[in-house]
Amino acid sequence: MANQELQVQQKRELENKEEAMTPTRVFAPIADIYETNDALTVILEMPGVEKNNVDVRVEDDILRVNGQLDLSKYKGLLPLYTEYNIGNYSRNFRLSNKIDQNKIAAELKDGVLWLTLPKAEEAKPRTIEIK
Amino acid sequence: MGFDMITAFGDPFETLLNLQRALEARTASDWLQNQTTSQGPFPPINVFQQGHDILAVIELPGVDKNDLQIQAENNTIRISGRKAVTYPEGVSLHRRERMRGEFDRTITLPVHIDADHIKAEYRDGILALFLPRSESDKPRTISVS
Repeated sequence: MANQELQVQQKRELENKEEAMTPTRVFAPIADIYETNDALTVILEMPGVEKNNVDVRVEDDILRVNGQLDLSKYKGLLPLYTEYNIGNYSRNFRLSNKIDQNKIAAELKDGVLWLTLPKAEEAKPRTIEIK
Repeated sequence: MGFDMITAFGDPFETLLNLQRALEARTASDWLQNQTTSQGPFPPINVFQQGHDILAVIELPGVDKNDLQIQAENNTIRISGRKAVTYPEGVSLHRRERMRGEFDRTITLPVHIDADHIKAEYRDGILALFLPRSESDKPRTISVS
């Protein structure tokens, strides 16, 4: 498996219910999610997004992640050949566990956002002793 | 299949359309002609003109800088490396969309490049290659006497 050739993953464009004020495209970042006994980890690929332009929030058990691309970097550039689209990133997940919102940790590395969402105490699995 | 993906993409028609577009772009453009043995489609590349020079912007999220190699020879540039996706032991995986593996791609530019002055910058998962055109290739104003 380690030597397989990588394929290009097409970006999935989001269809928003309301239109944005600026005509920027919005894509759903590619995501991995895994769970341990203590936390949920959400990994999102948002190439080109800088640390200050990431917004993560939990509202009504929905995790909302937004990443804004600094499009000013593309000013004055004349496209000669293009294979992928650029735009902002946005994706929401309904959380299946209660999350301790104050302890959410986020780290951005090489265009990948790592979110660690610790489970609230009452949501952690318990071993029930059989009498 | 060699795909390391479990979750399917949303719209099969969109995927098909994208494939068609990619094929058309490949045949209609002279950017990817005369490729060497390595001609993987990953990573996706956008090419821009910046003044007289060329700027290639390549999306490589999650690739460690140390796992990335760039070679330039004349007007051919080879980008190769490895993208690792690992999970800790014993976790339950809910969603797995990110792909891992090796990539090796060569692009040939239709202009002459000053290979000694190529600059590569990798930040936030984006590789930017600054490809200066060689002096002999730059347009010149010829004064009429």
